[in-house]
Amino acid sequence: MTSEPQQPVESVVRSVLAPVAHEPGPLLLALHAVQEALGCVPDDAVPVIADELNLSRADVHGVVTFYRDFRRTPGGRTEVKVCRAEACQAVGAQALLDGVTQRLGVGVGETSADGAVTLEEVFCLGNCALGPSALVDRRLHGRLTVDRLVGLLPVEPTGEGGQR
Amino acid sequence: MSVIAFVPQDASARSVGADDVAARLGAEAARRGVDLHLVRTGSRGALWLEPLVEVAAADGTRYAFGPVSASDVDTLVTAGLLDGQPAVVSHPLGLGPTEQLGWLRDQHRVTFARVGVVDPVSAADYVAHGGLAGLRRALAMTPAEVVAEVTASGLRGRGGAGFPAGVKWGTVLAADGTTGPKYVACNADEGDSGTFADRMLIEGDPFCLLEGMAIAAHAVGASHGYVYLRSEYPDAAATLWQAIETATAQGWLGRSVLGSPLSFDVSVRVGAGAYICGEETSMLESLEGKRGVIRAKPPLPAVAGLFGRPTVVNNVLTLGTVPAVLAGGAQAYADLGVGRSRGTQVFQLGGNIARGGIVETAFGLSLGELVEGWGGGTASGRPVRAVQVGGPLGAYLPPSRFDLTMDYEAFAAAGAMVGHGGVVVFDDSVDLAVQARFAMEFCATESCGKCTPCRVGAVRGVEVIDRIVAGADVEQNLQLLTDLCEVMTDGSLCAMGGLTPQPVRSALAHWPEDFRRLTGDGATTEVAI
Repeated sequence: MTSEPQQPVESVVRSVLAPVAHEPGPLLLALHAVQEALGCVPDDAVPVIADELNLSRADVHGVVTFYRDFRRTPGGRTEVKVCRAEACQAVGAQALLDGVTQRLGVGVGETSADGAVTLEEVFCLGNCALGPSALVDRRLHGRLTVDRLVGLLPVEPTGEGGQR
Repeated sequence: MSVIAFVPQDASARSVGADDVAARLGAEAARRGVDLHLVRTGSRGALWLEPLVEVAAADGTRYAFGPVSASDVDTLVTAGLLDGQPAVVSHPLGLGPTEQLGWLRDQHRVTFARVGVVDPVSAADYVAHGGLAGLRRALAMTPAEVVAEVTASGLRGRGGAGFPAGVKWGTVLAADGTTGPKYVACNADEGDSGTFADRMLIEGDPFCLLEGMAIAAHAVGASHGYVYLRSEYPDAAATLWQAIETATAQGWLGRSVLGSPLSFDVSVRVGAGAYICGEETSMLESLEGKRGVIRAKPPLPAVAGLFGRPTVVNNVLTLGTVPAVLAGGAQAYADLGVGRSRGTQVFQLGGNIARGGIVETAFGLSLGELVEGWGGGTASGRPVRAVQVGGPLGAYLPPSRFDLTMDYEAFAAAGAMVGHGGVVVFDDSVDLAVQARFAMEFCATESCGKCTPCRVGAVRGVEVIDRIVAGADVEQNLQLLTDLCEVMTDGSLCAMGGLTPQPVRSALAHWPEDFRRLTGDGATTEVAI
């Protein structure tokens, strides 16, 4: 969790919700906007969102926790999403994920201790002819090897199993 | 002198370095004083040739070079790439006139006719290449006539279910629109592994989708459209937002579309990483800002869809094909294809494949022609062992079934499905027990949780496959797995739980040996990977 006091979260949430609150069925739009602004949808944003959109806290909590994209705590400065779907499996996606996990010393869904990298799995990035694929900060990369993917990250890997 | 060159901006092309190639070309041109007009297009779909660079000759013929890496640009330019006569450039990456590449020439492109050719967000390019002809013709017809035209074309939903588009539109047209709006909802939640045609159409020809949505709006009396686009496609979202802005400025969307009484706006809603939201009722829930939990049908979305109103829900490819159907007439489209599968299908070749990408042809070619012919077999050079057709809920098929005709009914009869047209190839290193387990794991991860056969069945499916692979009570557990598949197929509310048994059953049927590497009595000791 961030150590920021409640007031900034509330004011940020209210300001980013202003442009979307009038849309029909705005909750997903709202959550994307909050996550864009805060890096996650922290628990103390939930009552503010509920208040702005005239929903119950349970409604908001339920949606935040249903969708994989929404984080309740901040991720690392760089987000890596490695594809694990069938087309990438056919060209070594599992080995890529295992290799990156080992080199970074970070498991799927985890953030490195220095806060540099969050590693996530994803099911299909639509790059099925040029896999294995990953998104690095929303930028698609294809035909990846462990070395290439680690090389794309702005940090020196800290994993114990690192080897060339 | 002035030279026109084309480098794709498609996410796949960018994923293997197209931006670097474009930047390098620009720098070389500047250094040599060449007036380079660099157009960023969609991809031609020959993805194994990406980044594919094209240069136009004086007569407009485009010559292809690929796959080009940034480090190749220097030798290409030295060989004369930017000298205005690409036909005489002698370079190992030279492929000749793009349109004469056999892989492209032998396709029949209808939906993808402009993709890779035009600047995706240029209104002038769109009109110059036949855009808006379908919408203009539709607006001159009554809504009922448009519905009849789409029905007569035989166009079926390209998202996977294959429901006749015109019949669906007719239901929405007939629904009561006096008490509130009707909607057009485009399903761009292309979550099936092995499919990328929705993404490539949006990135390569977004106006085509918007034109199709406007035609649908006119046909059913809708006033607003939504594109539900998955969050895994950030490039497609950027292109689509830009296209909507341009189309609105051009009067192709908004109040009085093309000067007609039709008023129609389109909004983009980005998903949030839930596969189930590709199921149409789950998508509607998500569009309404709710958890993507599926709805029981009836009522059909055509009667009570988005916000409870009559809604056309169609896939990107379906709506993207509608302009061509209207422009060329229903008969021209229906003349293509076989049986009840009319027109063309945009097949997508992926996985371990030598020549992956988009193959749009009339229905009716065989699976083997796709995989061995167009696809050239595996990328690894090893024998093909299995192909999965139709996404993660589709069947695994062995090469002995390569005779299957690519049409909805032939695949259904074989216990498989064409689905969204994705074909994923695996070589002989694949373990089908692992793939069957993954199908169950994926379902367990992505189930919306509404119905028990899917929510609990998938978890039990993973467990029982683990026991089988570990050699524990193999025969009894295989029977249990068969029973479980039956329960999921017959008892699930939607295709997620209902079709997950399809890859599992096909793996069991065609590769039983993969499930019996260890038996309870220790007869074999080879362990599954």
